[in-house]
Amino acid sequence: MVLIIQKTLLYAIPLMIVALGGVFAERSGIVNLALEGEMIFGAFMGALVAYLISVGGTTMNPQLMFVICMIVASASGSAFSLLLSFSAINLKADQTIGGTALNMLAPALVNTLGLAFFSQEKLVMPATFKSYVLINPDLPPFLQIFADKAYISTYIVIAVFILLSVWLYITRTGMRMRSCGENPQASASVGINVYKMRYLGTTISGALAGLGGYVYIATTVGGMAQSSVAGMGFLALAIMIFGNWKPVGIALGALLFGFLKCVGAVSGSFEMLSKIGLPMYFYNIIPYFIVLVVLALTAKKSGCPKAEGIPYEKGMR
Amino acid sequence: MNKQSKEKKNKVGEWFKSFFVVTNDKEPKLLTFYKKNGTKTVIASLISIAAGLVVGFILMLIIAAASEDITVADAFSGLGVLLAGPFTGTSKYVLTNFGDMIFYAVPLIMCGLSVAIAFKTGLFNIGAPGQFLMGTMGSLIVALNINTGGGAAGFFVWLLALLVGAALGFIWGTIPGLFKAIFGVNEVIVCIMTNWIAANVVTWVFSSMNNLVNTGGGKSNYLITTAVTGNGTPDLGLGKLFNGSYIDISIFIAIIFAVVIFIILNKTTFGYELKACGSNKFAAKYAGMNEKRNIILSMAIAGGLAAIGGSLYYLNPGIEFNFGTAYMTLPAYGFNGIPVALLANSNPIGVIFSGVFIRYLAKGGDNLVTYNRYVADIIIAVIIYFAGFSRLIIELLTKRQRKMTEKANLKIAARTAANDDVSKESTVETETPQNEAAALSDVGETSDGSFGIDNTKDKEV
Repeated sequence: MVLIIQKTLLYAIPLMIVALGGVFAERSGIVNLALEGEMIFGAFMGALVAYLISVGGTTMNPQLMFVICMIVASASGSAFSLLLSFSAINLKADQTIGGTALNMLAPALVNTLGLAFFSQEKLVMPATFKSYVLINPDLPPFLQIFADKAYISTYIVIAVFILLSVWLYITRTGMRMRSCGENPQASASVGINVYKMRYLGTTISGALAGLGGYVYIATTVGGMAQSSVAGMGFLALAIMIFGNWKPVGIALGALLFGFLKCVGAVSGSFEMLSKIGLPMYFYNIIPYFIVLVVLALTAKKSGCPKAEGIPYEKGMR
Repeated sequence: MNKQSKEKKNKVGEWFKSFFVVTNDKEPKLLTFYKKNGTKTVIASLISIAAGLVVGFILMLIIAAASEDITVADAFSGLGVLLAGPFTGTSKYVLTNFGDMIFYAVPLIMCGLSVAIAFKTGLFNIGAPGQFLMGTMGSLIVALNINTGGGAAGFFVWLLALLVGAALGFIWGTIPGLFKAIFGVNEVIVCIMTNWIAANVVTWVFSSMNNLVNTGGGKSNYLITTAVTGNGTPDLGLGKLFNGSYIDISIFIAIIFAVVIFIILNKTTFGYELKACGSNKFAAKYAGMNEKRNIILSMAIAGGLAAIGGSLYYLNPGIEFNFGTAYMTLPAYGFNGIPVALLANSNPIGVIFSGVFIRYLAKGGDNLVTYNRYVADIIIAVIIYFAGFSRLIIELLTKRQRKMTEKANLKIAARTAANDDVSKESTVETETPQNEAAALSDVGETSDGSFGIDNTKDKEV
């Protein structure tokens, strides 16, 4: 039981934060298909910094190092997302095409740099760096869920998630940003700088995606990944839609999808599940299938931002 | 004799001159050529390609500067290798490489056609990877389960396999079309979902078909090839002609499809309706067209085309399918259909050339020794990035062209004024409104879009 909850969290945490990243971009009016690419780039930069810190043998506190790498991953994720903002906001390019380009660019870039400097296509965290797992086996079972074999990233991500969600809803800037996704012309008419708001939204989105990407490779897949995040970015996009572009819905969606992912991953080793005899692929398909059903049922009254995907031009009505 | 040749030379000079400056009161021929929309879209595509190459080269220089093993000279030679495509290495293999390039371009062309026809209907078919996989699955199940050993029976089974693959892709493409038409859901998100469903289904299906798995050769999770069952794509001796390359008749099939799609889009009522829906859904509906049917059919055809790409690729006797990793990574061929379609401005005939071009570039990337093949991927990604705002590039080009037209017109007007008597001044005056009309018609051109989604706006509707 403890194991299932922990595994669920392991998948749910990166999905949750990346999906929130999607919300920030879309609520400001930019379709961010590039979540997957931003995750890959953030993950690579985080792993690179982890490698650079530990290459000479360091005595730095592993938790501190982990946090530094997370910060670097967010920063590089947001830097990468600037490419999307520039084409979508300044050049008014098609946002889906820009996002697709970034999704193709990120793995190519990561592979090129990885091969050029480390002679491998994998993102591997140095072995000495794996000591960031919190281990407290003596705790009572309830506390074990959160403190044994857990990662500090879980708490950081949850804190960031709550803070940013509240920020989006109660602060003036947050509300302004959301207005730009619904009716940018009206926002501009009351003096809001739509370009700035959209830049802010996509940049936060990139930062969260980068953070999620690094958390994914550092925790979920245990410090190694094949220069990709296996469609987690797209799954996060699905969760965002499933959660109707709202933080609470996203948190629930991430937990549900994380649970399904976890069931898929452990289906072979659990007696109860292996008796049913369905392979991992079945559990992998379910989240995507659920999204399709939800889309079909709720398309008419979805909370999809009205102006998303439409380039804003000053003076256009 | 001498005089004649001189006159001839003069004539050639005049003719040559007429391209660049106003002669015989006509605007320069290059300007007339430049005015055409097709020219501008080609220029925009070339700019995208150039930008991609520049970025790729800069990256190679940066790596050269940062790495100890690679020098700046390597960066230059790397660019040379990249641009040479298949034409490097020992001459013995150039023919083979060329044949391979043609073969590998086939799935790109088919996926490019798939994305292009969806673009023409105003849809973004990012579901090509999933459709590609479904086509692969359908074809391989048929072609690998029936053992004919070649001959006429082998050809028949091959044809059946192709049809089954196409049908599966057709059905798979219908899903996003239905969601878009009935529920109004954005096709991009449905395509992404169906992609990952397809990826998992393919691995699932093949992992339950142990009789198709290639157990020899020390590889795991690979299927046997059509060479074993004799149902491979016939090559009509092309393989021998190209010195043992993979090339087979699939390239002709791809070209036929491109021509058929071209004819459908440009010469039939159905194609006209598709383009009308792409330009303005509401206007199309108002004009009495069934826009929902058109959306569904367009996506279904797009699905079928991408699926045929997968079928043709894996029905080749030399190509093995790795089903073990299929559920984790989507096939790049599907995604690369997007740059192929964008570069060709969604023109089906153009897709043939841009498909070969993308493969040419990728082959150049494969040949890189000091760097790695992903440099080509970066270049392709940058090309898509720039193709995303080719509309802006075209607008800038149109602005420039209007300025040039104005200049030429002024020159022509000045010349007529100088040649004519003062009494005939009125003719100059009558010319002015004409110029204005010309300028006005140019304004109409500016709204002409960049890529397939809306470039039919002015011409067709």
